[in-house]
Amino acid sequence: MSTQKVTLRVYRGDAESGELQDYTVEVSEGMVVLDAVHQIQATQAPDLACRWNCKAGKCGSCSAEINGKPRLMCMTRMVDAIKTAEGGPILVKPMKTFPHIKDLVTDVSQNYRNNKKITPFRPAPKGPDGEWKIFQYEIDRAQEFRKCIECYLCQNVCHVLRDHHEFSFAGPRYMVRAAGLEMHPADQGDRIDQLKEELGIGYCNITKCCTEVCPEGIHITDNAIIPLKERVVDEHYDPITALFRKVFGKKAPPNPAP
Amino acid sequence: MLRPQGMVTLSLGATDRKDAWWLSPLLFAIAFGGFSIYATWAAWQNEFYRFGPYLSPFYSPLLKPEWLPPWLSPAFLILGAPLGFRLTCYYYRKAYYRAFLLDPPGCAVGEGKPSGYRGERAFPFILQNLHRFFLALAILVWGILVKDTVEACIWDGQFGIGLGTLVMMVNVVLLGLYTFSCHSFRHLIGGKHDCWSCLTFGKQRHTLWRGVSWLNGRHMQFAWVSMIWVGLTDVYIRLCAMGLLQDSRLF
Ligand code: SF4
Ligand code: SF4
Ligand code: FES
Ligand code: FES
Repeated sequence: MSTQKVTLRVYRGDAESGELQDYTVEVSEGMVVLDAVHQIQATQAPDLACRWNCKAGKCGSCSAEINGKPRLMCMTRMVDAIKTAEGGPILVKPMKTFPHIKDLVTDVSQNYRNNKKITPFRPAPKGPDGEWKIFQYEIDRAQEFRKCIECYLCQNVCHVLRDHHEFSFAGPRYMVRAAGLEMHPADQGDRIDQLKEELGIGYCNITKCCTEVCPEGIHITDNAIIPLKERVVDEHYDPITALFRKVFGKKAPPNPAP
Repeated sequence: MLRPQGMVTLSLGATDRKDAWWLSPLLFAIAFGGFSIYATWAAWQNEFYRFGPYLSPFYSPLLKPEWLPPWLSPAFLILGAPLGFRLTCYYYRKAYYRAFLLDPPGCAVGEGKPSGYRGERAFPFILQNLHRFFLALAILVWGILVKDTVEACIWDGQFGIGLGTLVMMVNVVLLGLYTFSCHSFRHLIGGKHDCWSCLTFGKQRHTLWRGVSWLNGRHMQFAWVSMIWVGLTDVYIRLCAMGLLQDSRLF
Protein backbone atom coordinates (compact mmCIF):
# COMPACT_ATOMS: atom_id res chain seq x y z
CA MET A 1 0.00 0.00 0.00
CA SER A 2 1.36 3.40 -0.94
CA THR A 3 0.24 6.50 0.90
CA GLN A 4 -3.33 7.65 0.62
CA LYS A 5 -5.07 10.85 1.66
CA VAL A 6 -7.93 10.38 4.10
CA THR A 7 -10.17 12.78 6.02
CA LEU A 8 -10.33 12.48 9.77
CA ARG A 9 -13.28 14.25 11.39
CA VAL A 10 -12.24 14.98 14.96
CA TYR A 11 -14.24 16.40 17.84
CA ARG A 12 -12.64 19.66 18.99
CA GLY A 13 -13.83 21.61 21.98
CA ASP A 14 -13.94 21.99 25.72
CA ALA A 15 -16.58 21.73 28.42
CA GLU A 16 -18.46 24.74 27.06
CA SER A 17 -18.74 24.06 23.36
CA GLY A 18 -17.40 21.84 20.65
CA GLU A 19 -17.52 21.09 16.95
CA LEU A 20 -16.30 18.54 14.45
CA GLN A 21 -13.26 19.56 12.47
CA ASP A 22 -11.94 17.90 9.30
CA TYR A 23 -8.23 17.14 8.81
CA THR A 24 -6.55 15.48 5.87
CA VAL A 25 -3.93 12.90 6.81
CA GLU A 26 -1.48 10.85 4.79
CA VAL A 27 -2.09 7.23 5.56
CA SER A 28 0.74 4.77 5.05
CA GLU A 29 0.85 1.06 5.61
CA GLY A 30 0.38 -0.23 9.14
CA MET A 31 -0.87 3.07 10.50
CA VAL A 32 -3.34 3.17 13.37
CA VAL A 33 -5.82 5.92 14.23
CA LEU A 34 -3.56 7.20 17.02
CA ASP A 35 -0.79 7.72 14.44
CA ALA A 36 -3.17 9.80 12.37
CA VAL A 37 -4.07 11.90 15.42
CA HIS A 38 -0.37 12.37 16.13
CA GLN A 39 0.15 13.42 12.54
CA ILE A 40 -2.54 16.09 12.95
CA GLN A 41 -0.85 17.30 16.13
CA ALA A 42 2.53 17.46 14.38
CA THR A 43 1.44 19.14 11.18
CA GLN A 44 -1.86 20.94 11.61
CA ALA A 45 -3.16 21.34 15.15
CA PRO A 46 -0.53 21.24 17.88
CA ASP A 47 -3.21 22.05 20.47
CA LEU A 48 -5.28 18.94 19.75
CA ALA A 49 -5.63 17.16 23.11
CA CYS A 50 -5.53 13.40 23.35
CA ARG A 51 -4.43 10.97 26.01
CA TRP A 52 -2.06 8.14 25.18
CA ASN A 53 0.90 6.35 26.60
CA CYS A 54 1.96 2.97 25.29
CA LYS A 55 0.70 2.69 21.71
CA ALA A 56 0.52 -1.04 22.40
CA GLY A 57 -2.99 -1.53 23.74
CA LYS A 58 -1.75 -1.95 27.28
CA CYS A 59 -2.10 1.34 29.14
CA GLY A 60 -5.76 1.93 28.39
CA SER A 61 -5.33 5.67 27.84
CA CYS A 62 -6.33 6.23 24.22
CA SER A 63 -10.01 5.23 24.36
CA ALA A 64 -12.27 7.05 21.92
CA GLU A 65 -15.25 6.49 19.67
CA ILE A 66 -14.18 5.73 16.12
CA ASN A 67 -16.98 5.75 13.59
CA GLY A 68 -19.37 5.44 16.50
CA LYS A 69 -17.68 2.43 18.07
CA PRO A 70 -15.81 2.60 21.36
CA ARG A 71 -12.22 1.55 20.56
CA LEU A 72 -8.60 2.06 21.50
CA MET A 73 -7.11 4.47 18.96
CA CYS A 74 -3.78 2.67 19.07
CA MET A 75 -5.33 -0.70 18.28
CA THR A 76 -7.54 0.42 15.41
CA ARG A 77 -5.84 0.21 12.05
CA MET A 78 -6.53 3.00 9.59
CA VAL A 79 -7.43 0.46 6.90
CA ASP A 80 -10.20 -0.83 9.17
CA ALA A 81 -11.33 2.66 10.12
CA ILE A 82 -11.54 3.56 6.42
CA LYS A 83 -13.68 0.49 5.89
CA THR A 84 -16.09 1.16 8.75
CA ALA A 85 -16.39 4.80 7.67
CA GLU A 86 -18.02 3.45 4.48
CA GLY A 87 -16.68 6.11 2.17
CA GLY A 88 -17.21 9.03 4.56
CA PRO A 89 -14.64 10.73 6.78
CA ILE A 90 -13.32 8.79 9.75
CA LEU A 91 -15.12 10.06 12.79
CA VAL A 92 -13.10 10.34 16.01
CA LYS A 93 -14.95 11.48 19.12
CA PRO A 94 -14.22 11.39 22.85
CA MET A 95 -16.02 8.88 25.03
CA LYS A 96 -19.57 10.10 25.44
CA THR A 97 -20.35 8.86 28.92
CA PHE A 98 -17.85 10.88 30.92
CA PRO A 99 -17.60 14.61 31.58
CA HIS A 100 -15.71 16.24 28.78
CA ILE A 101 -12.44 18.10 29.33
CA LYS A 102 -10.92 18.96 25.96
CA ASP A 103 -11.00 17.48 22.45
CA LEU A 104 -10.54 13.73 22.90
CA VAL A 105 -9.91 13.84 26.63
CA THR A 106 -12.60 13.06 29.18
CA ASP A 107 -12.74 13.06 32.96
CA VAL A 108 -12.93 9.44 34.07
CA SER A 109 -12.52 10.09 37.79
CA GLN A 110 -16.03 8.90 38.63
CA ASN A 111 -14.72 5.44 37.93
CA TYR A 112 -12.00 5.77 40.55
CA ARG A 113 -14.59 6.84 43.09
CA ASN A 114 -16.70 3.77 42.30
CA ASN A 115 -13.62 1.60 42.62
CA LYS A 116 -13.14 2.70 46.24
CA LYS A 117 -16.47 1.13 47.21
CA ILE A 118 -15.11 -2.37 46.64
CA THR A 119 -13.75 -4.27 49.64
CA PRO A 120 -10.08 -4.89 48.81
CA PHE A 121 -8.33 -8.28 48.85
CA ARG A 122 -8.72 -9.95 52.25
CA PRO A 123 -6.17 -12.75 52.25
CA ALA A 124 -6.76 -15.94 54.19
CA PRO A 125 -4.19 -16.75 56.87
CA LYS A 126 -1.12 -18.44 55.47
CA GLY A 127 -0.54 -22.15 55.96
CA PRO A 128 1.92 -23.56 58.57
CA ASP A 129 4.75 -23.34 56.05
CA GLY A 130 4.15 -19.61 55.80
CA GLU A 131 2.77 -19.87 52.26
CA TRP A 132 -0.53 -19.72 50.49
CA LYS A 133 -1.17 -22.79 48.45
CA ILE A 134 -3.02 -21.98 45.25
CA PHE A 135 -3.16 -24.16 42.19
CA GLN A 136 -2.98 -22.66 38.74
CA TYR A 137 -6.23 -24.29 37.62
CA GLU A 138 -8.21 -22.62 40.39
CA ILE A 139 -6.74 -19.16 39.89
CA ASP A 140 -7.22 -19.18 36.09
CA ARG A 141 -10.65 -17.69 36.44
CA ALA A 142 -9.53 -14.72 38.54
CA GLN A 143 -6.58 -14.15 36.22
CA GLU A 144 -8.83 -13.49 33.25
CA PHE A 145 -10.02 -10.43 35.15
CA ARG A 146 -6.50 -9.26 35.87
CA LYS A 147 -6.03 -8.61 32.15
CA CYS A 148 -8.14 -5.46 32.47
CA ILE A 149 -6.24 -2.36 31.35
CA GLU A 150 -8.81 0.11 32.71
CA CYS A 151 -9.51 1.64 29.34
CA TYR A 152 -13.12 2.25 30.46
CA LEU A 153 -14.51 1.43 27.05
CA CYS A 154 -16.92 -0.93 28.79
CA GLN A 155 -18.01 1.80 31.21
CA ASN A 156 -18.44 4.12 28.25
CA VAL A 157 -20.66 1.75 26.27
CA CYS A 158 -22.75 0.41 29.16
CA HIS A 159 -26.24 1.82 28.63
CA VAL A 160 -26.83 2.10 32.39
CA LEU A 161 -24.12 4.76 32.55
CA ARG A 162 -24.26 6.06 29.00
CA ASP A 163 -27.98 6.48 28.50
CA HIS A 164 -29.47 6.36 31.98
CA HIS A 165 -26.60 8.24 33.69
CA GLU A 166 -27.08 5.90 36.62
CA PHE A 167 -23.74 6.20 38.34
CA SER A 168 -24.92 4.32 41.40
CA PHE A 169 -24.13 1.33 39.19
CA ALA A 170 -20.39 0.79 39.55
CA GLY A 171 -20.18 -0.40 35.94
CA PRO A 172 -18.79 -3.44 34.15
CA ARG A 173 -15.13 -2.68 34.88
CA TYR A 174 -15.90 -2.88 38.60
CA MET A 175 -17.97 -6.00 38.22
CA VAL A 176 -14.80 -7.45 36.70
CA ARG A 177 -12.68 -6.24 39.60
CA ALA A 178 -15.15 -7.49 42.21
CA ALA A 179 -15.32 -10.86 40.42
CA GLY A 180 -11.54 -11.14 40.40
CA LEU A 181 -11.50 -10.67 44.17
CA GLU A 182 -14.61 -12.73 44.96
CA MET A 183 -13.40 -15.69 42.92
CA HIS A 184 -9.85 -15.58 44.21
CA PRO A 185 -9.18 -18.85 46.07
CA ALA A 186 -7.30 -17.15 48.90
CA ASP A 187 -9.68 -14.26 49.42
CA GLN A 188 -11.97 -14.13 52.43
CA GLY A 189 -13.77 -10.87 51.73
CA ASP A 190 -17.52 -10.98 51.20
CA ARG A 191 -18.76 -8.55 48.59
CA ILE A 192 -22.17 -9.99 47.86
CA ASP A 193 -24.28 -7.50 49.81
CA GLN A 194 -22.09 -4.73 48.49
CA LEU A 195 -22.61 -5.91 44.92
CA LYS A 196 -26.35 -5.89 45.42
CA GLU A 197 -26.53 -2.49 47.12
CA GLU A 198 -23.63 -0.05 46.68
CA LEU A 199 -22.31 -1.49 43.44
CA GLY A 200 -25.81 -1.93 41.98
CA ILE A 201 -25.33 -5.17 40.03
CA GLY A 202 -29.10 -5.35 39.49
CA TYR A 203 -28.91 -2.36 37.13
CA CYS A 204 -27.07 -4.49 34.62
CA ASN A 205 -29.50 -6.20 32.28
CA ILE A 206 -26.80 -8.41 30.75
CA THR A 207 -27.15 -6.94 27.28
CA LYS A 208 -23.44 -7.55 26.74
CA CYS A 209 -22.23 -4.35 25.09
CA CYS A 210 -19.34 -4.23 27.58
CA THR A 211 -18.17 -7.65 26.41
CA GLU A 212 -18.40 -6.56 22.79
CA VAL A 213 -16.02 -3.65 23.23
CA CYS A 214 -13.45 -5.00 25.70
CA PRO A 215 -10.04 -4.80 23.95
CA GLU A 216 -8.67 -7.46 26.29
CA GLY A 217 -11.41 -9.88 25.28
CA ILE A 218 -12.55 -10.38 28.87
CA HIS A 219 -15.88 -12.21 28.97
CA ILE A 220 -17.25 -9.51 31.23
CA THR A 221 -20.90 -10.55 31.15
CA ASP A 222 -20.57 -14.34 31.02
CA ASN A 223 -17.65 -14.84 33.37
CA ALA A 224 -17.90 -11.91 35.78
CA ILE A 225 -21.38 -10.39 35.94
CA ILE A 226 -23.62 -13.43 35.51
CA PRO A 227 -21.71 -15.59 38.03
CA LEU A 228 -21.85 -12.67 40.48
CA LYS A 229 -25.58 -12.30 39.86
CA GLU A 230 -25.95 -15.98 40.65
CA ARG A 231 -24.07 -15.47 43.91
CA VAL A 232 -26.40 -12.61 44.79
CA VAL A 233 -29.32 -14.97 44.10
CA ASP A 234 -27.76 -17.53 46.47
CA GLU A 235 -27.78 -15.00 49.28
CA HIS A 236 -30.91 -13.02 48.57
CA TYR A 237 -33.42 -14.69 46.31
CA ASP A 238 -33.06 -18.40 46.82
CA PRO A 239 -34.78 -19.71 49.96
CA ILE A 240 -33.64 -23.28 49.29
CA THR A 241 -29.93 -22.46 49.16
CA ALA A 242 -30.41 -20.21 52.20
CA LEU A 243 -31.97 -23.10 54.13
CA PHE A 244 -29.23 -25.44 53.00
CA ARG A 245 -26.64 -22.98 54.22
CA LYS A 246 -28.39 -22.66 57.59
CA VAL A 247 -28.31 -26.42 58.06
CA PHE A 248 -24.83 -27.18 56.72
CA GLY A 249 -23.05 -23.93 57.54
CA LYS A 250 -21.54 -21.32 55.24
CA LYS A 251 -19.14 -22.20 52.45
CA ALA A 252 -15.90 -23.88 53.46
CA PRO A 253 -13.25 -21.40 54.58
CA PRO A 254 -10.86 -20.78 51.72
CA ASN A 255 -7.41 -22.26 51.80
CA PRO A 256 -7.31 -24.14 55.08
CA ALA A 257 -3.93 -25.24 56.30
CA PRO A 258 -2.91 -28.41 54.45
CA MET B 1 -17.34 20.44 38.21
CA LEU B 2 -17.36 20.00 34.47
CA ARG B 3 -20.65 19.69 32.74
CA PRO B 4 -20.94 16.01 32.01
CA GLN B 5 -20.97 15.49 28.30
CA GLY B 6 -22.75 12.24 29.09
CA MET B 7 -25.81 14.04 30.37
CA VAL B 8 -26.63 14.68 26.75
CA THR B 9 -29.37 12.21 26.00
CA LEU B 10 -29.38 10.84 22.51
CA SER B 11 -32.74 10.21 20.91
CA LEU B 12 -33.87 6.69 20.17
CA GLY B 13 -31.70 5.07 17.52
CA ALA B 14 -29.24 7.98 17.30
CA THR B 15 -25.73 6.70 16.65
CA ASP B 16 -22.57 7.37 14.68
CA ARG B 17 -22.32 3.70 13.81
CA LYS B 18 -22.68 2.89 10.15
CA ASP B 19 -22.93 -0.88 10.38
CA ALA B 20 -26.18 -2.82 10.50
CA TRP B 21 -26.50 -2.88 14.31
CA TRP B 22 -30.27 -3.32 13.96
CA LEU B 23 -29.97 -6.56 12.02
CA SER B 24 -29.53 -9.07 14.83
CA PRO B 25 -32.31 -7.65 17.05
CA LEU B 26 -34.54 -7.67 13.99
CA LEU B 27 -33.75 -11.30 13.19
CA PHE B 28 -34.37 -12.21 16.81
CA ALA B 29 -37.71 -10.43 16.83
CA ILE B 30 -38.80 -12.20 13.66
CA ALA B 31 -37.64 -15.66 14.72
CA PHE B 32 -38.80 -15.45 18.32
CA GLY B 33 -42.06 -13.80 17.34
CA GLY B 34 -42.67 -16.44 14.69
CA PHE B 35 -41.91 -19.26 17.07
CA SER B 36 -44.22 -17.82 19.74
CA ILE B 37 -47.08 -17.51 17.29
CA TYR B 38 -46.60 -21.05 16.04
CA ALA B 39 -46.26 -22.48 19.55
CA THR B 40 -49.42 -20.75 20.76
CA TRP B 41 -51.34 -21.94 17.72
CA ALA B 42 -50.05 -25.49 18.07
CA ALA B 43 -50.88 -25.54 21.79
CA TRP B 44 -54.46 -24.43 21.09
CA GLN B 45 -55.06 -27.15 18.54
CA ASN B 46 -55.59 -29.90 21.11
CA GLU B 47 -55.30 -32.53 18.37
CA PHE B 48 -52.73 -34.10 16.03
CA TYR B 49 -50.07 -34.18 18.73
CA ARG B 50 -49.68 -37.94 18.67
CA PHE B 51 -48.67 -40.26 15.91
CA GLY B 52 -47.81 -43.91 16.52
CA PRO B 53 -45.47 -43.88 19.49
CA TYR B 54 -44.56 -40.21 18.94
CA LEU B 55 -45.68 -37.43 21.22
CA SER B 56 -45.16 -33.78 20.38
CA PRO B 57 -42.81 -32.02 22.83
CA PHE B 58 -45.39 -29.22 23.14
CA TYR B 59 -47.74 -31.73 24.77
CA SER B 60 -45.32 -33.54 27.00
CA PRO B 61 -45.86 -34.49 29.77
CA LEU B 62 -49.43 -35.16 28.71
CA LEU B 63 -51.58 -34.34 31.72
CA LYS B 64 -55.33 -34.65 31.41
CA PRO B 65 -56.84 -34.18 34.85
CA GLU B 66 -60.60 -34.64 35.11
CA TRP B 67 -61.29 -31.02 35.90
CA LEU B 68 -59.71 -29.91 32.64
CA PRO B 69 -62.46 -28.44 30.48
CA PRO B 70 -62.52 -30.12 27.07
CA TRP B 71 -61.94 -26.86 25.20
CA LEU B 72 -58.67 -26.27 27.04
CA SER B 73 -55.66 -27.96 25.54
CA PRO B 74 -53.51 -29.93 28.02
CA ALA B 75 -50.51 -28.20 26.49
CA PHE B 76 -51.35 -25.11 28.53
CA LEU B 77 -50.81 -26.99 31.78
CA ILE B 78 -47.16 -27.54 31.04
CA LEU B 79 -46.20 -24.73 28.70
CA GLY B 80 -45.29 -22.48 31.63
CA ALA B 81 -42.17 -24.47 32.45
CA PRO B 82 -40.29 -24.16 29.14
CA LEU B 83 -41.71 -20.68 28.61
CA GLY B 84 -40.54 -19.46 32.02
CA PHE B 85 -37.18 -21.11 31.48
CA ARG B 86 -36.59 -19.35 28.20
CA LEU B 87 -37.99 -16.01 29.33
CA THR B 88 -35.67 -15.87 32.34
CA CYS B 89 -32.68 -17.30 30.43
CA TYR B 90 -29.72 -14.96 30.44
CA TYR B 91 -29.35 -15.21 26.68
CA TYR B 92 -33.01 -14.54 25.88
CA ARG B 93 -33.03 -11.68 28.35
CA LYS B 94 -30.21 -10.00 26.47
CA ALA B 95 -31.94 -10.60 23.17
CA TYR B 96 -35.39 -9.36 24.10
CA TYR B 97 -34.21 -6.43 26.20
CA ARG B 98 -32.50 -5.30 23.03
CA ALA B 99 -35.03 -6.32 20.40
CA PHE B 100 -38.35 -5.66 22.16
CA LEU B 101 -37.61 -3.18 24.93
CA LEU B 102 -34.86 -1.32 23.04
CA ASP B 103 -32.97 -1.10 26.30
CA PRO B 104 -30.52 -0.59 24.63
CA PRO B 105 -31.46 -1.05 20.95
CA GLY B 106 -27.78 -1.58 20.19
CA CYS B 107 -24.38 -0.82 21.65
CA ALA B 108 -23.59 2.91 21.54
CA VAL B 109 -27.04 3.52 20.06
CA GLY B 110 -29.26 6.09 21.77
CA GLU B 111 -32.23 5.04 23.88
CA GLY B 112 -34.03 8.33 24.28
CA LYS B 113 -35.42 7.52 27.73
CA PRO B 114 -32.86 8.37 30.37
CA SER B 115 -34.70 8.48 33.69
CA GLY B 116 -36.53 5.91 35.71
CA TYR B 117 -34.40 2.96 34.70
CA ARG B 118 -34.36 0.26 37.39
CA GLY B 119 -32.99 -2.67 35.43
CA GLU B 120 -33.31 -5.94 37.28
CA ARG B 121 -33.43 -4.28 40.67
CA ALA B 122 -37.19 -3.80 40.78
CA PHE B 123 -40.41 -5.47 39.67
CA PRO B 124 -40.94 -6.96 37.12
CA PHE B 125 -37.40 -7.83 36.11
CA ILE B 126 -36.26 -8.64 39.62
CA LEU B 127 -38.14 -11.89 39.01
CA GLN B 128 -35.36 -12.92 36.62
CA ASN B 129 -33.54 -14.00 39.75
CA LEU B 130 -35.83 -17.03 39.88
CA HIS B 131 -34.21 -18.51 36.78
CA ARG B 132 -32.67 -21.45 38.67
CA PHE B 133 -36.10 -22.71 39.72
CA PHE B 134 -37.18 -22.78 36.09
CA LEU B 135 -33.96 -24.64 35.42
CA ALA B 136 -35.06 -27.33 37.86
CA LEU B 137 -38.41 -27.60 36.06
CA ALA B 138 -36.68 -27.67 32.70
CA ILE B 139 -34.45 -30.55 33.76
CA LEU B 140 -37.54 -32.43 34.87
CA VAL B 141 -39.30 -31.80 31.57
CA TRP B 142 -36.14 -32.81 29.71
CA GLY B 143 -36.14 -36.12 31.59
CA ILE B 144 -39.73 -36.68 30.49
CA LEU B 145 -38.81 -35.92 26.89
CA VAL B 146 -36.03 -38.50 27.13
CA LYS B 147 -38.63 -41.00 28.31
CA ASP B 148 -40.91 -40.02 25.40
CA THR B 149 -38.04 -40.62 23.01
CA VAL B 150 -37.35 -44.06 24.45
CA GLU B 151 -41.06 -44.83 24.05
CA ALA B 152 -40.87 -43.61 20.47
CA CYS B 153 -38.74 -46.70 19.79
CA ILE B 154 -41.56 -49.05 20.72
CA TRP B 155 -44.17 -49.83 18.07
CA ASP B 156 -46.92 -52.09 19.44
CA GLY B 157 -44.49 -53.77 21.81
CA GLN B 158 -41.83 -54.17 19.11
CA PHE B 159 -38.58 -52.26 18.90
CA GLY B 160 -38.48 -50.02 15.88
CA ILE B 161 -37.17 -46.72 14.71
CA GLY B 162 -38.93 -44.34 12.40
CA LEU B 163 -37.79 -41.02 10.99
CA GLY B 164 -39.88 -39.40 13.72
CA THR B 165 -37.87 -41.26 16.37
CA LEU B 166 -34.70 -39.71 14.98
CA VAL B 167 -36.34 -36.29 14.93
CA MET B 168 -37.23 -36.73 18.60
CA MET B 169 -33.73 -37.97 19.44
CA VAL B 170 -32.12 -34.91 17.91
CA ASN B 171 -34.65 -32.85 19.83
CA VAL B 172 -33.64 -34.20 23.25
CA VAL B 173 -29.96 -33.87 22.41
CA LEU B 174 -30.37 -30.21 21.43
CA LEU B 175 -32.63 -29.44 24.37
CA GLY B 176 -30.14 -31.16 26.65
CA LEU B 177 -27.30 -29.05 25.28
CA TYR B 178 -29.36 -25.93 25.81
CA THR B 179 -30.48 -26.89 29.32
CA PHE B 180 -27.09 -28.02 30.58
CA SER B 181 -25.24 -25.03 29.17
CA CYS B 182 -27.37 -22.76 31.36
CA HIS B 183 -25.56 -20.12 33.41
CA SER B 184 -27.40 -21.11 36.58
CA PHE B 185 -26.43 -24.72 36.02
CA ARG B 186 -22.82 -23.65 35.58
CA HIS B 187 -23.03 -21.83 38.88
CA LEU B 188 -24.77 -24.60 40.77
CA ILE B 189 -22.53 -27.46 39.65
CA GLY B 190 -19.44 -25.66 40.88
CA GLY B 191 -19.13 -22.08 39.66
CA LYS B 192 -20.00 -20.86 43.13
CA HIS B 193 -16.75 -22.23 44.56
CA ASP B 194 -13.50 -20.30 44.67
CA CYS B 195 -11.08 -22.64 46.35
CA TRP B 196 -11.41 -25.92 44.49
CA SER B 197 -8.43 -27.52 46.19
CA CYS B 198 -10.33 -27.01 49.48
CA LEU B 199 -13.15 -29.28 48.25
CA THR B 200 -13.45 -33.02 48.24
CA PHE B 201 -12.99 -34.17 44.65
CA GLY B 202 -12.21 -30.52 43.89
CA LYS B 203 -10.13 -31.30 40.80
CA GLN B 204 -12.84 -33.50 39.31
CA ARG B 205 -15.52 -30.95 40.09
CA HIS B 206 -13.39 -28.30 38.47
CA THR B 207 -13.12 -30.44 35.35
CA LEU B 208 -16.90 -30.81 35.31
CA TRP B 209 -17.27 -27.06 35.68
CA ARG B 210 -14.81 -26.53 32.82
CA GLY B 211 -16.90 -28.83 30.65
CA VAL B 212 -20.10 -26.97 31.46
CA SER B 213 -18.29 -23.68 30.87
CA TRP B 214 -17.36 -24.91 27.40
CA LEU B 215 -21.01 -25.66 26.69
CA ASN B 216 -21.99 -22.35 28.27
CA GLY B 217 -19.82 -20.49 25.77
CA ARG B 218 -22.17 -21.85 23.07
CA HIS B 219 -25.38 -21.23 24.97
CA MET B 220 -26.77 -18.77 22.44
CA GLN B 221 -26.28 -21.18 19.56
CA PHE B 222 -27.94 -23.97 21.53
CA ALA B 223 -30.82 -21.65 22.40
CA TRP B 224 -31.49 -21.01 18.72
CA VAL B 225 -31.14 -24.50 17.33
CA SER B 226 -33.06 -26.13 20.16
CA MET B 227 -35.92 -23.65 19.80
CA ILE B 228 -36.14 -24.17 16.05
CA TRP B 229 -35.88 -27.95 16.35
CA VAL B 230 -38.56 -28.22 19.02
CA GLY B 231 -40.88 -26.40 16.65
CA LEU B 232 -39.92 -28.68 13.75
CA THR B 233 -40.49 -31.77 15.90
CA ASP B 234 -44.03 -30.64 16.55
CA VAL B 235 -44.52 -29.81 12.88
CA TYR B 236 -43.27 -33.27 11.88
CA ILE B 237 -45.52 -35.18 14.26
CA ARG B 238 -48.47 -32.95 13.46
CA LEU B 239 -48.11 -33.46 9.71
CA CYS B 240 -47.82 -37.23 10.21
CA ALA B 241 -50.89 -37.24 12.44
CA MET B 242 -52.84 -35.20 9.91
CA GLY B 243 -51.90 -37.68 7.24
CA LEU B 244 -50.11 -35.04 5.20
CA LEU B 245 -46.73 -36.68 5.61
CA GLN B 246 -45.68 -40.30 5.41
CA ASP B 247 -43.45 -41.27 8.33
CA SER B 248 -40.83 -43.70 7.09
CA ARG B 249 -40.04 -46.65 9.27
CA LEU B 250 -36.29 -47.24 9.19
CA PHE B 251 -36.31 -50.61 10.96
S1 SF4 C 1 -23.96 -6.33 30.20
FE1 SF4 C 1 -24.49 -5.06 31.96
S2 SF4 C 1 -22.60 -4.02 32.50
FE2 SF4 C 1 -22.33 -4.81 30.42
S3 SF4 C 1 -22.92 -3.13 29.11
FE3 SF4 C 1 -24.75 -4.39 29.41
S4 SF4 C 1 -25.83 -3.48 31.17
FE4 SF4 C 1 -23.74 -2.66 31.16
S1 SF4 D 1 -12.90 -4.74 31.37
FE1 SF4 D 1 -12.10 -4.54 29.28
S2 SF4 D 1 -13.21 -2.78 28.44
FE2 SF4 D 1 -13.48 -2.70 30.65
S3 SF4 D 1 -11.89 -1.35 31.41
FE3 SF4 D 1 -11.10 -3.45 31.51
S4 SF4 D 1 -10.02 -3.79 29.58
FE4 SF4 D 1 -11.29 -1.96 29.31
S1 FES E 1 -1.94 4.19 24.00
FE1 FES E 1 -1.91 2.68 25.55
S2 FES E 1 -3.70 1.60 25.07
FE2 FES E 1 -3.58 2.95 23.41
S1 FES F 1 -31.17 -21.32 30.17
FE1 FES F 1 -30.09 -19.65 29.37
S2 FES F 1 -29.04 -19.07 31.13
FE2 FES F 1 -30.19 -20.65 31.96
